[in-house]
Amino acid sequence: SLCCRLHGRYHELAPHLVPMDYTNEPDVKLPLALIVNMPELKENPFRNRIVESFSEDGEGNLSFNDFVDMFSVLSEMAPRELKAIYAFKIYDFNTDNFICKEDLEKTLNKLTREELTSEEVNLVCEKAIEEADLDGDSKLSFADFENMISRAPDFLSTFHLRI
Amino acid sequence: MSVPLFFSSSDSNSGSEKEEESMSEGEMAKLMEEVEEKKKLISNIRNKPWRMKRRLTHLKEAQQFVDKFEGALGKGKGRKLYAYKVMMMKKWIKFQRDFENFKTACIPWERKIKEVESHFGSSVASYFIFLRWMYGMNLVLFGFTFGLVVIPEGYCKYSVLFYGYYNSQRTIGPLKYRLPLSYLMVGVGTFGYSLMVVIRTMAKNSDVGGGDGEDGEFTFAWKMFTSWDYLIGNAETADNKYASITTSFKESIVDEEENQKDENIHLRRFLRVLANVLIICSLGGSGYLIYFVVKRSQEFANMDDLGWYEKNEVEIIMSLLGLVCPPLFETIAELEDYHPRIALKWQLGRIFALFLGNLYTFLFALFDEVNAKLEEEESIKNASIWAMKEYYANFTANSNDTSATPPPINPADVIRGPCWETTVGIVSSYTPPPVHWSIAHHGNSHEFVKLTVSDIQVTYLTILIGDFLRAVIVRFLNYCWCWDLEAGFPSYGEFDISGNVLGLVFNQGMIWMGSFYAPGLVGINVLRLLSSMYYQCWAVMSCNVPHERVFKASKSNNFYMGLLLLILFLSLLPVVYTIMSLPPSFDCGPFSGKEKMFDVIMETIDLDLPAFMGTLFSYAANPGLIIPAVLLMILAIYYLNSVSEAYQNSNNELKKKMQMQRDEEKNRRNNTDSTNQVMKDLEDLLPNRSLAPPPAPDASS
Repeated sequence: SLCCRLHGRYHELAPHLVPMDYTNEPDVKLPLALIVNMPELKENPFRNRIVESFSEDGEGNLSFNDFVDMFSVLSEMAPRELKAIYAFKIYDFNTDNFICKEDLEKTLNKLTREELTSEEVNLVCEKAIEEADLDGDSKLSFADFENMISRAPDFLSTFHLRI
Repeated sequence: MSVPLFFSSSDSNSGSEKEEESMSEGEMAKLMEEVEEKKKLISNIRNKPWRMKRRLTHLKEAQQFVDKFEGALGKGKGRKLYAYKVMMMKKWIKFQRDFENFKTACIPWERKIKEVESHFGSSVASYFIFLRWMYGMNLVLFGFTFGLVVIPEGYCKYSVLFYGYYNSQRTIGPLKYRLPLSYLMVGVGTFGYSLMVVIRTMAKNSDVGGGDGEDGEFTFAWKMFTSWDYLIGNAETADNKYASITTSFKESIVDEEENQKDENIHLRRFLRVLANVLIICSLGGSGYLIYFVVKRSQEFANMDDLGWYEKNEVEIIMSLLGLVCPPLFETIAELEDYHPRIALKWQLGRIFALFLGNLYTFLFALFDEVNAKLEEEESIKNASIWAMKEYYANFTANSNDTSATPPPINPADVIRGPCWETTVGIVSSYTPPPVHWSIAHHGNSHEFVKLTVSDIQVTYLTILIGDFLRAVIVRFLNYCWCWDLEAGFPSYGEFDISGNVLGLVFNQGMIWMGSFYAPGLVGINVLRLLSSMYYQCWAVMSCNVPHERVFKASKSNNFYMGLLLLILFLSLLPVVYTIMSLPPSFDCGPFSGKEKMFDVIMETIDLDLPAFMGTLFSYAANPGLIIPAVLLMILAIYYLNSVSEAYQNSNNELKKKMQMQRDEEKNRRNNTDSTNQVMKDLEDLLPNRSLAPPPAPDASS
C-alpha cells in the first residue's frame, strides 16, 4: 500500500536510524541533508524550503509523520486550499508570514539561476506585488497569495510530487 | 462522520445468499443510493481537508462497500449487464487516454522544438513549428500525386519527374484508368487541398488567439509561483526548464517595458511616416532598376560577343538587391521603434513586397519564353505533318501496290518538338534561395527544377558559411585577437526569422506553381523540408545566440498563414491560366492533341458519364445560374462578418466587466479602513442618531 511504500522510502534514506517496526511510534527524525538528496527533490530549486516548511522545528528535520504529510500535500489528492497554505510557507523565505520583496527576489533568482539583471529582477518583483497585493502594504499576505493562486490554471499541475 | 449502513458488516457475509431472494424494490433503491453515495465519497475524498490516516480508512471502507454491493444490484441479466457496462466504460476511458498519449507522442520533433523554444524563445520556435506544418502538408500532397498519377503510369524508363513523360492515352491498363483526367484532377486537387488546409489552420488559430492570457491578470505572479514543475527529476530537463523560465520572464519583461514606455506621440508618428516614405522610395527604386536591367538584357540577347558581366547582369543585380535591401529596411525600421513582434511583421511585409516585384519580372520572362516555344512548336507541327505526307506519298509511290496502306505513324513520334511544359517543369525545380530568389535566367535556363535544387544547395551553403564558419572563427580566433570577438563584431549570429520564413513561403509558392508540370517536385520538396528541419535545428542550437530582446511570438501563426495564402493564390493564377487558355504541347504530355487541357474534363463528361449528367453540367455552367450563386455567397460573407463582429463586441464588453469587477474588489479591500473612517465620521449624522430630540416620555400617555 501507499503507506508501506512511503515507509520503505523513509527507511532506505537511513537504514540504521529508521526502524522497520513503527508500532511503538519511535521518535526518529532525519536531517535536511538526507531528505533533500531524494531523486524526487534533487533538481527542485526550492527543495530546502520545502523540507523546512514541513518540519516541526523549521530546520528541516522530518519525522516519519512529517515525511508522509509532505508527500501527501504535494500529491494529486490534496485539496487546493491545503496546497496554497504550504506553498505560501515555502515561498516565505524569512518566515515572517508575509511574502515581501526580498522573498520574491530570492524566488526569482532561484528560478532563473541568476540569469536576469538586477533591473529585470526589480521590475518583475515590483510587477508581481502590484498584481497580487490587495491591501496595499507592498507585500503579500496569505489572503493576497491565496486570492492569486486560486485563479492560477497551472498551480495544481505544477505543485505536484509523485512518489 | 457516520454513513448509515444498510447491511451491517457483521452479517453481510452470511446474508449474501439470502440477499438475492429477499431484496424488494425499496431495498434495492436504497442500496443503489448507498452505493452512489459511497462512490461520490471515493471521488471526492481527495478534496476533504483530512489527515492522511483518516482519509485512508474511509477510502478503504467505501471501496469495500462498493465492490461488495455493486455486483449485488440487479438480478440475473440485469446484474451482468450492469457489471459489463461498468467494465466497458472503464476500458473505454483508459483507451481514450492511451490514444491521446499516443497521438501526442506521434507528433514528430516535439522534443527538439521544445528545446529550441526553451533556449531561443517562442518566436524562433514558431518558425520550426511552421516548418513542421509545411512538411505535413507536402507529405499529403506527395501522397496524392504519387498514388494517383505516378504509380499508374508505371514505367521507369524515363524520369517520372516531368510532365512530358506522361502518356496521352485516354485510358491505360486493364482497369481503364483515365490517366489524363487523373493528372488534371490531381493538379487541381493539390491546390484545393492546400487552400482548404491553410484556411482551416487559420480559422483554428484565430479561436485560440484573443485575450486569453495576453493581458492576464496575474502574469508575473503566476510565472513566479507556478512555472516550476515539481515533477522534474532529470538534470537535463531541469536545465531546459531553467532556460525556458528565464526566456519566458525576458519575454514578459519586453512586453511590460513596451507598455511602460513614455512617448512623444507626434515625434513617433513623424518618424514612422518618414521611415515608410524612405522604404517606399527604395522599393520603387529597386523595381525600376530591375525593369531597366531586364530591358537591357533583351537588347543584349540580340547582340554577340558579350562579356561575362553583360551575360549575367540580371542575376547579379537581383542578387545584390536581395542582399542589400533587407538589412537596409531593418536599419530604417529602427526609426519606428516598434515592439519587436510588430517590427518583425513590418519587416516580413516589406521584404515580401520586394520579392513580389522581382517575381513579376521572372514571370514576364517566363511567359516570353513560353510564347517563343509555342511559335517554335507551330513550325515543327507543320513540319512533321508535311514529313508524314511525304512519307505516305513515297510509300505508295514505291510499293507498286495501291491496295497496301502505309503503317500508321503517330505524329508525335515523328519529330519531338520542344515540350514547353517540361521546360517549365524543369524551371520550377531549381528555385534559387530566398536571397537570390529572383534570379531570372534567360533562354533555355528557365527551369523550375533547377531552381529548387539550387535553392537547397545555396541555403545549406549560406548556413554553413554564414553561421557555422562564423561561429567557429569567433570561438577559436578569440584567443589571439585584439578585441573581444564574442562581445563585439562579428560575434555569433542570431537566427534570422524573417528571412527563413519568407524563404519557406516562397519555396512553397514555387512548388505549387511547378507541381503541375513536374509531379515529382513535391517529392523533392518533402525530402528537402525533412533535411532542413534537422539541419537547421542543429545549426540553431550550435551556432546561434538568442536575440537580444527575446519576444513572444504572437499567439496565432496567422501572419505566416496569411502570407502563405497570398502566395498560394499567386501561384494558382498562372497554372489556371495555362489549363484554361494555353494550348498544350502537341507532342508530349497527357494532354497532347487537344485544344485546351480543360477538354479532358469535357471528354470525360461526354463519354463516360450518363447523358443527363452532361445536360446537368451544361445547365450549371449557365451564367444565369452562376451570377445569382455568386451574389448569394457575397451576401453570406457579409452576414457572417457582421455576426462575428457582434461576437467580438460582446467579448470586449465582458472583458471590460471582468476588469471592472477586479478593480472594484481591489478597491474594496484597499479602502476598508478609509471607508470605515469616513463612516465613523458620519455616524453622528446617521438616522438613529438624528439631531431631532427624543420624544418626551409623557407623549405616549
